[in-house]
Amino acid sequence: MNRARRILLGAIAALLLKPWAALAAWNKEAFGAKSAPDALKSIGASNATPSKEIVIEAPEIAENGAVVPIEITSNLPGTRSIAVLVDNNPFPLVGKFDFLEGAVPFVKLNVKMGETSEVRVVAQAGGRSYVASREIKVTIGGCGG
Amino acid sequence: MRASVLVFSTLSIFLAPSWAQDAKKEIERYRQMVAEGSPAELFEVAGEALWKKKQGPNNVSLERCDLGLGPGTLKGAYARLPRYFKDADRVMDLETRLLHCMVTLQGRTPQEATARVFGSADRPSEMESLSAHVAAQSRGTKMAAGLSHPKEKESYELGKALYFQRAGAWDFSCASCHGEDGKRIRLQYLPVLYKPEQARPVVSSWPAYRVSTSQFITLQWRMNNCYQQMRMPEPNFGSDTTVALIHFITATGKGEPYAGPGNKR
Amino acid sequence: MAAGPMKIRATFAGGFTDIRVLMTHPMETGQRKDPDGKLVPMHFIQNLTVKLSGKTVVDGQISQGVSRNPVFSFRIKGGARGEKVEVAWLDNAGESSSIEAAIA
Repeated sequence: MNRARRILLGAIAALLLKPWAALAAWNKEAFGAKSAPDALKSIGASNATPSKEIVIEAPEIAENGAVVPIEITSNLPGTRSIAVLVDNNPFPLVGKFDFLEGAVPFVKLNVKMGETSEVRVVAQAGGRSYVASREIKVTIGGCGG
Repeated sequence: MRASVLVFSTLSIFLAPSWAQDAKKEIERYRQMVAEGSPAELFEVAGEALWKKKQGPNNVSLERCDLGLGPGTLKGAYARLPRYFKDADRVMDLETRLLHCMVTLQGRTPQEATARVFGSADRPSEMESLSAHVAAQSRGTKMAAGLSHPKEKESYELGKALYFQRAGAWDFSCASCHGEDGKRIRLQYLPVLYKPEQARPVVSSWPAYRVSTSQFITLQWRMNNCYQQMRMPEPNFGSDTTVALIHFITATGKGEPYAGPGNKR
Repeated sequence: MAAGPMKIRATFAGGFTDIRVLMTHPMETGQRKDPDGKLVPMHFIQNLTVKLSGKTVVDGQISQGVSRNPVFSFRIKGGARGEKVEVAWLDNAGESSSIEAAIA
């Protein structure tokens, strides 16, 4: 086997072993932001317009902050992404989902909430940012279960 | 100033009960949303693998374990527990029966098989995962703990007596917390488990995923933990005490379709 | 260390494919102390993708603020029974896992 082919095969093997290489970007700055305004700024959503087209389905009270179910639908035409922030968490930005062709701008996820907080959802559509929010109360449960 | 205080306090008295009702409704909604996508299913997957895993000196899996409907028949078996098993000549719940199969089929010692019955968030125990898998196979089946065999009746009566038996450093019984309607610990309503209508939703959702600790918890764990909270001596795993209590409560909830492994705070 | 079990369900109804995926992952925040009092290091899923017939339709980035043993629901317009849906994740330690299912 000549050297060139060996190098080529090596490169192909490396790519196959690391299929994530092309997609492994993670917005360290945004996820490391310690306040909601800073997190919003990192995702380019500082001047997000409030919108009723972002529907947040979530209980008003979470029995335990370890698992808080939130379901989000964006009815804004051309929604490209949805970001979820929990204002009072040490690091407010919890997730950002990009919807490529075929995906509906919808996501349900379980988030951790350290305390009662405003939960903020940012949708990006048509090059602009929109926001909706909801307060979710977090209680400490009793002893049983 | 005084008039507004009077109006406010009067309004508070009227609004307080409705706030409690709204809180209850929202918590119900919380529970429903958690249940719609529960990590409990992950333990079912892990349990299925363990069920099929060859273990012990005999190097066999648990697939021939008889849970009351014949060796290897899992569908609907959990819903019929606890019940009397002739080969062990005693009433057994799910976990004692699993232990029995580990010992008799796989050749394992009781000490080894019970060395770690309650796991942690990082590492569930074998019992926990197996319980999830076996219980899941009874989804939709009506709960029907055994009540015909003399030993079943005896176990039921023992469980009932224990439920009301005050003992331990604090002179507590199950009924101390689970004995009166409408009682709560913080926002947790305490079901009165000797009343069928309150036992039914409870028995149809155990074992369960506990969100606060990310642990999968079983009824043996629950009995052990309650005894701990009541400052009673620790009951042995699969003891007559724990099985009898589980039997009494499960039988009280009979008829309820099993909903599958549930979720608890 | 091998990743724990995943579970996926993809169902087609009314022109949409609903996907629900469960992942076993500690999603450690780095704030928790173990029984010996030591801080458990950060260990959480950072990236996840949803693919339909090999094509990425959802590209997600998440943080340690997502609950332990994450559960996600997604929705795709279209999809056909038998078509393959795959969900994969990658965590901050470089560990990854994936699961696939045929749309039911």
